[in-house]
Amino acid sequence: MLSLSLALTFAQPAQAQPANDPAPLSFTDTGEERRFHALVAELRCVMCQNQSLADSNAQIAHDLRREVLALMRQGKSDGEIKDFLVARYGEFVLYRPQVESKTWLLWFGPALLLLAGGFAVARIVHARSATTRPADTRIDEEQEW
Amino acid sequence: MNNSRWLPLAVFAALAVLLAAGVWLSRNPDREKLPSPLIGKPAPAFSLPVLHEAGRLLTSQELRGAPYLLNVWGSWCPACRDEHPVLTRFAETKRLRVIGFNWKDEHADALRWLEQYGNPYVVVVADYDGKAAIDWGIYGAPETFLVDGRGIVRWKFVGPLTDKVIANELLPELSKIEKAR
Repeated sequence: MLSLSLALTFAQPAQAQPANDPAPLSFTDTGEERRFHALVAELRCVMCQNQSLADSNAQIAHDLRREVLALMRQGKSDGEIKDFLVARYGEFVLYRPQVESKTWLLWFGPALLLLAGGFAVARIVHARSATTRPADTRIDEEQEW
Repeated sequence: MNNSRWLPLAVFAALAVLLAAGVWLSRNPDREKLPSPLIGKPAPAFSLPVLHEAGRLLTSQELRGAPYLLNVWGSWCPACRDEHPVLTRFAETKRLRVIGFNWKDEHADALRWLEQYGNPYVVVVADYDGKAAIDWGIYGAPETFLVDGRGIVRWKFVGPLTDKVIANELLPELSKIEKAR
């Protein structure tokens, strides 16, 4: 515990978090437990920002997990629970951000890059095959290049 | 055929630009601090026990009418200790009410902390279970919110306040509120 708090002190010198020991969460059935784990794996811990809410041992992550379970038991849907956290902590808490003008590059950028790469490869392959062919058979295609 | 000779260079240049952009974007040392979605929105409603008066609850409604600064702290928080003299000096100027938000603390520890270092707050509310903190989007202490007289959150700062932050960020925001009234 001491080494953990020391590590946290050095990792985040400007901020601190409470360190009281939380009681573990208990689930009423496996369905609830499965839904809970799927949900917290999609949420980012706001304190330790490269961990999910499921993985993090930060006190605020404990509090937020407890809150997520409480909201589930109030009958809130996954979407409503995510909206609840986004309203408080911002879009940042979502590992999968909503599709909007600000995030479309994030969503579709990889596909665009793949397309561009595929196009480049096709071009090179086409160009190479054109040069190895006898000049008299495919004159008009060579002219494209 | 020059195309294919220049292609690797072009790809390399594009990647270099991409990486440079990544380094450029991450140059900001504050990038781990989250912007608050509460800015421009009504402060979350709360009803919390007052640290120094057993049995008394303070609601966010009662704070309306004049701007206030809500400072999140805990006796377990070393950075709050660093911030304390800065906050005390600012509170002494009486520009606005400084409200303490004691987050997930032991009652006795919180009282002892204030006795030891001095109490700059006009009132301290205690959030023992951390539920109100979630409504405020609090994730580490110290954090400080500026709320105007109508109860709208105008500014938030994560980390210990410094004289520079107060002069360059807080006071301009406060002047804006005061002018609008």
